[in-house]
Amino acid sequence: MSAWRKVLALHLAVLLALLVLQFVLPPYHHTNVARIMVLAAYAIGYNVLLGYTGLMSLGHAMFFAAGMYGAGLPVYYFGMGAPAAFACGLAAGVGLALLFGLMALRTVGPSFLIVSMMFGQALFLVTLYFNEITLGDQGFILSEKLRPLELAGTQLGFHEPAVKYNLALAIFTGCLLAALALRLSALGRVLIGIRENEERTRLLGYDSFRYKLLALGVSGALSAAAGAGYALLFSYVGSTFASILFSIYPLLWTLLGGVGTVLGPLVGTALMFYLVDTVSGVTSSYLLFVGAALVALVLWFPLGILGTVRSRWLPWLP
Amino acid sequence: MSFGPHLFLALLEGTVTAFVLALTALGLSLVFGVMRIVNVAHGEFYMLGAVLAWACAHAVGTPVAGFIVAMLVAPLAVGAFALVADRWILRRVNYHPESTIVATIGLLYVLQQAVLMLYGPDARPVAPPLYFKIQFPWFGYSGYKLVVAAASALLLAATWLLITRTRLGLYMRATQQDLEMAQAFGVPARRVYALVFALGAMLAAAAGVLIVPIEQAHYLMGLDPLLMSFIVVIIGGLGSLRGTLVAAFAVGLSDGVVSVFFSPTLAKIVATLLVAAVLVVRPGGLFGEERA
Amino acid sequence: MAAVAPLLATQALSKHFGGLAAVREVSLEVAQGEIRAIIGPNGAGKTTLVSMICGRHEPSAGRIVYRGRDITALRPWERLRLGIAYTFQVTSIFKGLSCYENVALPAQRGLMHGLARRLAPGEAAIEARVTAALGAVGLEDMAWQRADELAYGHQRLLELAMALATEPRLLILDEPTQGLAEAEISAFCDLVRQIARQATVLIIEHNMQVVLALAGRVTVMDAGEILAQGTPAEIERHPAVQKAYLGR
Repeated sequence: MSAWRKVLALHLAVLLALLVLQFVLPPYHHTNVARIMVLAAYAIGYNVLLGYTGLMSLGHAMFFAAGMYGAGLPVYYFGMGAPAAFACGLAAGVGLALLFGLMALRTVGPSFLIVSMMFGQALFLVTLYFNEITLGDQGFILSEKLRPLELAGTQLGFHEPAVKYNLALAIFTGCLLAALALRLSALGRVLIGIRENEERTRLLGYDSFRYKLLALGVSGALSAAAGAGYALLFSYVGSTFASILFSIYPLLWTLLGGVGTVLGPLVGTALMFYLVDTVSGVTSSYLLFVGAALVALVLWFPLGILGTVRSRWLPWLP
Repeated sequence: MSFGPHLFLALLEGTVTAFVLALTALGLSLVFGVMRIVNVAHGEFYMLGAVLAWACAHAVGTPVAGFIVAMLVAPLAVGAFALVADRWILRRVNYHPESTIVATIGLLYVLQQAVLMLYGPDARPVAPPLYFKIQFPWFGYSGYKLVVAAASALLLAATWLLITRTRLGLYMRATQQDLEMAQAFGVPARRVYALVFALGAMLAAAAGVLIVPIEQAHYLMGLDPLLMSFIVVIIGGLGSLRGTLVAAFAVGLSDGVVSVFFSPTLAKIVATLLVAAVLVVRPGGLFGEERA
Repeated sequence: MAAVAPLLATQALSKHFGGLAAVREVSLEVAQGEIRAIIGPNGAGKTTLVSMICGRHEPSAGRIVYRGRDITALRPWERLRLGIAYTFQVTSIFKGLSCYENVALPAQRGLMHGLARRLAPGEAAIEARVTAALGAVGLEDMAWQRADELAYGHQRLLELAMALATEPRLLILDEPTQGLAEAEISAFCDLVRQIARQATVLIIEHNMQVVLALAGRVTVMDAGEILAQGTPAEIERHPAVQKAYLGR
């Protein structure tokens, strides 16, 4: 089936390009791209819920933060090793997503969106309230506490750029392939059905609540993986990553890149990262740019970059 | 101060909070009820009201005159801005729910940052128009705060009259019940939408003007009212005005009490947990039109 | 008739919306293999009745028994899996998706048993079912067209294909010929007769030609109640039906 082969080839090519990129990038961009890959994983998680299932959340930072604190706190206080900490962060994110879903997915219409924003903010406030433990806004640094990774006899220190980059790439690859597999699977089909016409999907034999919960679980897992990865690779854990602004970012990145496309989040994250980088060199009110971008996107460019590419030239793009 | 008086103080604080919250949340609720959209920039209209009130107080000499000017100018200015936003943005996306949400999020950041650039990052106080102390046996209480509660009550009553006694109110209720039917009967839906959006903005701005002598004007002050209004409309049920008012009092009082006895941060966390509890039992809110 | 248990039986089924009684104590039996038409003026409660049968609405009172089992409390997706499929009065398909994807969603349901199969039921098997369903309604050439690019009549056929892909035992069609041209209607009747060889069909119709051509028995509803039941010929002659509905 040539469509499958094209799709797989494209996505593997993108991953290969990212792998090779590390050998040609200057140091400043090296860390940037590592960061972009982890943030793009977060956006991929967000897109599973918004793009595939049609559910908009304004509190996704809570899953990223669950991953971040879930990984960061055990390392900081108990000296846990990185792989175990990553697993903790992931578990925290999935647990939170399922708990939240059980409560919030029964609401109708825009209530889900509002409730997600409220709970996102509540988690943010919790990180501030318990600031003896979490060190709130200031946050804490992991680098002294983080033992190097042992792989095949060699020690990989987390401060080394190559280690950061490739672990970031590993996380991104995991999330991208998971999202692609979901999109192309029977489950993905059900989620898209729910997005397009939920009542019809229920009458065709699917318990939409269960599938939405599943989507939320996957979305939370991917976002938490990004959060845990961010904490371990960039060594910082702080409340800003639980704030509302950090919930708005994946929405912006996904819309820009193309909501509902698998590679869209990567495109949107990368582009926005560099745009904001440029703008904040000129003015400190770069959030004005963020706000204007959102309005402009919704008025004139709702499909986003890859969405437009797909509708005009490449209908096989998932 | 022993527990009893402490509780009384907390209830007073809670009452003031409840009235202002009712005013703010009502704007959000009306917009959703009639237009079926969620305005995420609602808190920024509140903030604009407060900032404009500071500007008026700054420009005019006396606090009383400043307050009166602010109460007239700020809601009108914010209402005008809302009309423009409706015309150029909301109407362009045809009031599509998701697009409106994204657009109003964008508007939130644009307004916030614009105020930051023009007004600055500081929180600036505004002198209250009336300064008197009510002396209870255990503590003195700011008389202005009670004036705020009274003024909010007045505005709530005025809005109620608008909705139930005027033609605009009739159009609003008809549009809320059944848009197509209302249009078939000649209700100018677009104009109603624009006016309702402006009304919602004006109510929020009025709340901002009232609150600023108590709280100080700051460019980030819109976020808390937004979240509190969200909590109120979810608990009360999206689309139900009665629910909004009942929930505003429940949430406002609990917020006031927890804030006084513990901390404002904890109060917000508690309010969110309240929402969770309500949602488990009644996903549509206490008075919600929609059931799961 | 009483010797064999009916496929579907409703017992005093009622539905109230606020003060309005849309369906009042309707007790209806549908035998396996028959084609039953439900006719009646607008507002008679026909759509509300079948909506309760397929699970879209919860009844205010009464029971629904299907293949000997009380299904009143079952959710819509559970009923689909038992073999009850429904097509809407106003076509409800996935407009932004291709015809193939529209039919693939219901088609894959029957293949998703057990954990492994839920993740990957096998595209080849799905494709076979989709091709069969699209072929049955004559849309196999349009598999890759977007559903909203289809003519209205073809969209209706697509919805029928979606229902067929679920391998239904009881197929409920709500005013399926509305908006179709003459030629399309007679092709549709042939199609229903073919389907009726494997499934029981319950069809709400306004078009009396279709009812006379297809139905083995007819149930007439008015104001939420059953007015009369019988063969098409009997119904045509029935005085109350003539007065209330056929306008004679």
